[in-house]
Amino acid sequence: MLTIRRDLVDAMIEHARRDHPDEACGVIAGPVGSDTPTRFIPMVNAARSTTFYEFDSGDLLRLYRQMDANDEEPVVVYHSHTATPAYPSRTDISYASEPNAHYVLVSTRDPEATELRSYRIVDAEVTEEEVQIVESVP
Amino acid sequence: MAIEVQIPTILRTYTDGEKTVGAEGATLSDLLADLDVKYPGLRDRVVDDAGLRRFVNVYLNDEDVRFLDGLQTAVSDGDSVTILPAVAGG
Repeated sequence: MLTIRRDLVDAMIEHARRDHPDEACGVIAGPVGSDTPTRFIPMVNAARSTTFYEFDSGDLLRLYRQMDANDEEPVVVYHSHTATPAYPSRTDISYASEPNAHYVLVSTRDPEATELRSYRIVDAEVTEEEVQIVESVP
Repeated sequence: MAIEVQIPTILRTYTDGEKTVGAEGATLSDLLADLDVKYPGLRDRVVDDAGLRRFVNVYLNDEDVRFLDGLQTAVSDGDSVTILPAVAGG
């Protein structure tokens, strides 16, 4: 299960809506081992594509260095689908490389209703999980 | 003194959980060969027959080696090499 603050959920949805019809992507970092996302880090989609996303390689290095320096890890890795449901695509599954992360998918295909779902992706196996939205984390 | 190599979480199964390991070599290619002797299988996760895998980034200090000489990039004692899988999808 992913337990996440409402303001962080809102931030992901806002980012996805802002970048629509391109895919939006980013990370929510949290203290190592806490499984609690705390620091919202929207990333640039270097692919600038409606069907693909990729962090810029320089941005990726800076992001990981910064998380290391803060004793953080990527608790959530999120991206949007702009024409398809919030379910991991074949490429999402084959490139997923953070076995401890919650992969959050946001679909903006419906302009009125945003779909947000979370998955674990380990060794190409996808497991959907419940998302518990809380006002604050104790 | 060896070259320090930062290993991403997903590849630490090859290094007994170690986040940073030491390796030697004159080029990145040599360095990966040396790593593979110590940690068999690790190299194949970084390169394939065509060279560096498309969705794995390797940095020499602060520079992506794709902007240097790829696998032929020269490395020397005191350098730091970082391996990071791309964060990408569709």
